[in-house]
Amino acid sequence: MRRRTIISGAGPVSALGIGIEAHWDAMCQGRSGLRTLTAFDASWYPCQIAGELDREAFKVRSIVPKSYRKAVKVMCRDVELAVGGAAEAIRHANLQTPGIDHEEGFPIDPHRLGCHIGAGLIAADVDELTSALAASRGEDGEVDLGTWGTTGMENLTPLWLLKYLPNMLACHVTIVHDCRGPSNTITCAESSSALSLGESMRIIERGSADACLTGGAESKLNPLNYYRQYCAGRLADARDLEPLDVVRPFASDAIGTAVGEGGGLMVIEALDHCLERGGTPMAEVLGYAATQSPDHDGLGATAEDLVAAMRNAIRSAGREPECVDAIVPFGCGIPAIDAAEAEAIRTVFGDRASEIELVTTVPFTGNCNAGNGTIQIAVATQCLKTQSLPARLNAGTVELDLKAGPCDAREADLRTVLVLSASQGGQNTAILLGRHE
Amino acid sequence: MSDRRRIVVTGAGWVTPMGHELESVWQRLLAGETDVAKIDRFDASTFPTTFASQVRDYDWTGFVEDTARHGQPGKHTQFALGAARQAWNASGLGDASDLDRHRIGIYLGAGEGVLDFSSYQRTSLDAWQAEASKVDTVQWGAAANRFLDGPGEIEQEPNMPASHISREFGLRGPVYNCLTACAASTQAIGEAASILHRGDADVMISGGTHTMLHVLGLTGFNRLTAMSTRNDSPKTASRPFSRSREGFVMGEGSGIIVMETLEHAEARGANILGEIRGFGSTADAYRITDMHPEGRGPGDAIIQALTDAGIDPAARMDDGRPPVHYISAHGTSTSENDSIETRAVKRAFGELAPEIPMTSIKSMMGHLICAAGAVEFITCLMILRDQEIPPTINLHDPDPELDLDYVPNVKRAAKVDTCLSNSFGFGGQNDTLVVSRF
Repeated sequence: MRRRTIISGAGPVSALGIGIEAHWDAMCQGRSGLRTLTAFDASWYPCQIAGELDREAFKVRSIVPKSYRKAVKVMCRDVELAVGGAAEAIRHANLQTPGIDHEEGFPIDPHRLGCHIGAGLIAADVDELTSALAASRGEDGEVDLGTWGTTGMENLTPLWLLKYLPNMLACHVTIVHDCRGPSNTITCAESSSALSLGESMRIIERGSADACLTGGAESKLNPLNYYRQYCAGRLADARDLEPLDVVRPFASDAIGTAVGEGGGLMVIEALDHCLERGGTPMAEVLGYAATQSPDHDGLGATAEDLVAAMRNAIRSAGREPECVDAIVPFGCGIPAIDAAEAEAIRTVFGDRASEIELVTTVPFTGNCNAGNGTIQIAVATQCLKTQSLPARLNAGTVELDLKAGPCDAREADLRTVLVLSASQGGQNTAILLGRHE
Repeated sequence: MSDRRRIVVTGAGWVTPMGHELESVWQRLLAGETDVAKIDRFDASTFPTTFASQVRDYDWTGFVEDTARHGQPGKHTQFALGAARQAWNASGLGDASDLDRHRIGIYLGAGEGVLDFSSYQRTSLDAWQAEASKVDTVQWGAAANRFLDGPGEIEQEPNMPASHISREFGLRGPVYNCLTACAASTQAIGEAASILHRGDADVMISGGTHTMLHVLGLTGFNRLTAMSTRNDSPKTASRPFSRSREGFVMGEGSGIIVMETLEHAEARGANILGEIRGFGSTADAYRITDMHPEGRGPGDAIIQALTDAGIDPAARMDDGRPPVHYISAHGTSTSENDSIETRAVKRAFGELAPEIPMTSIKSMMGHLICAAGAVEFITCLMILRDQEIPPTINLHDPDPELDLDYVPNVKRAAKVDTCLSNSFGFGGQNDTLVVSRF
């Protein structure tokens, strides 16, 4: 018998706030976190609408233990999001680690606690780097490499490189919470979180750990990464649009996506381990599969390969498509990706596709890239736990026969929820979550 | 564990600073050669480090069927396509008539691509507001649009090498990229094995690719003072385990292997290069800058990998030999790594440790960062095949504290049935593989 795995804590972090309660409340009330971007002046871009954390309300300095505060200055935004999400997830799971001072809790063996985090390509802070570069300007106004090599580079702090390595998310999290078990960092764009969760599930199943911190985090709200999203043709032309009008999943008048910063972490755990320590399972992780779209058009996702991911995930759980009561698709509002997802859902579920509830997160948070799957999975988990569905936002016209149009929060009888990811690069992931019984 | 599928390697290829073809580079490693030299890709003449181990005269276009399908891939992808093509051809998979490409996945430990420094600095300085000490981001966007190459920016994503490989060979199975610094490609091979174990694929393409041989890469490591600055003698700068070691030598390149279940390999009569028997992965959970002084993470990773392989590190084989016959060291030539790695190996193998030859090919090849583990793993396969161990070169003044058998300067013939390959990454990421003769 395979070891059963459950999600026992969720720490999503996004424009909706910190923690599952903040996310759930906002989503049930139909309150989007999309706003005009303030992290930098993005008025050159046709899309200035994004999902941004409240910078005053989220201070990582107050989240880490006192002894680790010094390290905050080498944390880039992506690391902050992961460190914040980790503390929230562990608190939510009522686990005890050196990073969290619980009055009561369960001390976990550090060697049995793994860490598997999705991360993006992190951009160096442009002000910090340009400030250093500017000191080496030659007569032609450009960087003189001779000057840069001798004195210019000294304007960068010695630890500069370490701020921006993708594995620094996991590195800081493992140090703060003393996770010494299997550790990894997946960098597959929007599929990173789901791949991390799926691999964590398999690590626990095969007995290499009892629990893992898993998920992913990314912020593209900086000039370089925002530019890359623009170049990739993913951003909506949102000039003259209200924030709520931008992301229109599965709509015939969809115009592209908005990006967000966020993600966070979750605690995935062996069921026996969770029950033994008196933890509360939120939902069971039943199935997981990944496939590749080798011939995508540059945006990612082809229906045929998404179908394979969905079918394999359901099969890996020993179930049939009939068991799926709701789907959390990527649903980012990029027409080509939405079309692939819609076709895949129709192929797998046939006539029933029009009856299955869809839960779309990107209209609330923006596409959080490597962290996006964490938001999706955390929300799916909460759906199963509360047996209800959050509101759906959609300013577009949905002509497809899918439940993607706007509606209010409602109760629902949910046995399983399927979560889909499709990355820029072609990695597709499906995760099947089940009500814990 | 005993009922899990056995995993074998059926193809290998690499693009390295010492050449772009498996056999010739292998012979050069045995001969103790090196091509470390002055950097000529950009003007590094005033940098604290002016030399590196550079891939030269490499053209990726000869390794793909149709270059048009790949656009303008980044350097990391170019290296990976060449290494993957060699591994694919060597495996004979392309000749199989009933190949199910849904059952072939990829797990790479590829690094990020190369930031186009020239265009980036032009963009950023164009938008720099000296008085405010920040860039005007509106102007930055406009300048980026003028100076940066949009498709080239997207190609820098670390999942691009895997995506291009999937496109080249039409692979639709599970595809991953992990980026765990210097441990990435060792980790990728270990993780790929677990995917085969559990039956989510029959074949996995694995390994890694990376180059940090660019202005900001060199800058970053120079600021960390992690690189050798022996500018007057590049060829002797990488000197793992010697008393006078003072930093690593930057390399670049790619190593890719084809791994498959034994059942799948045997069914198609594939040539088997070795069996992957164990994998260990741990986090130091100590500091972002330093390894734990006791080497707790590396030691645990080694023990985990041996346990996974069903090997008792303290037990001699029936013929009296230790249970492992070669260790491919992470061996970076930094003061810290080489001491702590030695300590970790001693912790794992106890009194048998001095009997196990352990070398660092980084003494010849330099440090290929994310790709290092894969290239070193491929070296293990060659050792298993030819029963010869390449030396650790530049080891003329041994560190008296380091007392293992590092096979100094000259190759050695040896009976090698099982190898262990270590990789340790910045941030305390430790990965170890065990591979045996099939």
